[in-house]
Amino acid sequence: MTSAATRAEICAIACADLFAGDGEILASPMGLLPTLGARLAKLTTEPDLLLSDGEAYLLADVPELGNNSSSDVEGWLPYRKVFDIVAHGRRHVVMGANQIDRYGNQNISCIGAHAHPTRQLLGFRGAPGNTVNHPTSYWIPRHSTRVFVESVDVVSGVGYDRARAAGSSAQRFHQIRRVVSNLGVFDFNTSDHSMRLVSTHPGVQQDDVVQQTSFPLDTRDAGETRQPSDEELRLLREVLDPRGLREREVSS
Amino acid sequence: MRDKRMTVDEVVSQLADGMTIGIGGWGSRRKPMALVRAILRSSLRDLTVVTYGGPDVGLLCAAGKVRELIYGFVSLDSIPYDPWFRHRRQTGGIAVRELDEGMLQCGLRAAGHRLPFLPIRAGLGSDVPSTDPQLRTVRSPYDDEELIAMPALHLDVALVHLNRADRHGNACYLGPDPYFDDLFCLAAGRRYVSCERVVDTGELGSCGPPQSLLLNRLMVDGVVETPGGAHFTSCVPDYGRDEVFQQHYVDAAADGESWQAFTGRFLSGTEEEYQAAVRSGVAS
Repeated sequence: MTSAATRAEICAIACADLFAGDGEILASPMGLLPTLGARLAKLTTEPDLLLSDGEAYLLADVPELGNNSSSDVEGWLPYRKVFDIVAHGRRHVVMGANQIDRYGNQNISCIGAHAHPTRQLLGFRGAPGNTVNHPTSYWIPRHSTRVFVESVDVVSGVGYDRARAAGSSAQRFHQIRRVVSNLGVFDFNTSDHSMRLVSTHPGVQQDDVVQQTSFPLDTRDAGETRQPSDEELRLLREVLDPRGLREREVSS
Repeated sequence: MRDKRMTVDEVVSQLADGMTIGIGGWGSRRKPMALVRAILRSSLRDLTVVTYGGPDVGLLCAAGKVRELIYGFVSLDSIPYDPWFRHRRQTGGIAVRELDEGMLQCGLRAAGHRLPFLPIRAGLGSDVPSTDPQLRTVRSPYDDEELIAMPALHLDVALVHLNRADRHGNACYLGPDPYFDDLFCLAAGRRYVSCERVVDTGELGSCGPPQSLLLNRLMVDGVVETPGGAHFTSCVPDYGRDEVFQQHYVDAAADGESWQAFTGRFLSGTEEEYQAAVRSGVAS
């Protein structure tokens, strides 16, 4: 009998479910758990997803984490072509966030005022372009009030309130699909597109999520994140991540 | 056809204080580091640097060469943050124009096409416009779209590093990604390519498939043969990133004493002396 799913495995399932219904698009997962999720989705519900090796190739197969070279190559995807696909729109990115607020604005640029940062981070990277061009989700491995903030210091990824204020060209292709953290799953399907708790992961108390979030969360319809099937667990444990890298990113 | 071969120091002698310099590559990948190191040795100052930033930015910041930085990000890839870039940002030492990655490409393309701007959706709604007050939007004459009018990023000079070149300035990359090196060259007034090896034109054509010939000689003013010239960034398939050295660079930046030792050992001599020091290992 299969042992119970760990928190990391629940997170992997939640990340896989981000891609539900996406079809033949480029999945761009940033980070280990989103990568695991995208690969699981491709092996189960979304076989048409395109996956990159994070360098310049599209992977024909679905290799285990850290072993991209075992896969055949099905396409060439240097950065300039990634930019083309961003603008074209057939892409779903899962980014990280140093800060994220209730409307889904994300910051990976710096902490403090942009002119005088107290902590410089990566920079805007592709977040402004990603968020106004195609579906975007976020993965937060350590849910805390420092990350889930009332208002981000710098808007890198565009949230719903800022997209609306910027006008129709910013809103036309804008969609923040979901946020997955180590505690739960969130979306923006509320009347004002503010963040809503969709589900807590098994073993997580709703109060913990509320306390670790700096802004009020709509928790009315929250349930529990689903358990993986036995087949999904087998794929995670034996095929995609036999070395258990997922457990290092999210502890149970 | 002209022989455009020169040394790294001859390239740097053609640069001037206050110039806008575009640097090719991406993050800690295929950066023209030998040319960057030659700038570190020079008296050049007040540079505006345009780059998908990696340790090129860090080293130039450490040496106080940068007045303004125009970038989409600065990262060492396997190590997320460059220590010297962070330090300069956090102590207020440089002016910045921080852009979306696609906007940076768009600005280079506009400059290369001799256009004042090109429209792009990226940037709308984000804090890119509020941190870069000169950015404007443009209304489509065909429908009601209002987009960012990304201004041309004109470069005085482009510095790029490719795997092979001939003496005339034709050059090819042999790794998986051209990055934006051709766009940097098209956007610049003077263009310098360093390479792992200068080969005859006939051999250059057989180094890889024809589409690997990224630069042709009308895009290049100077060619420098600098084996290991991208070190410690990657230059596949000739060599990968020197992760041990990169970590050593980051560790050395932690305090004044270790940085002084690092610059004394690696950055105070010629490029040949740098390469010899690297061959002898990071432990002194």
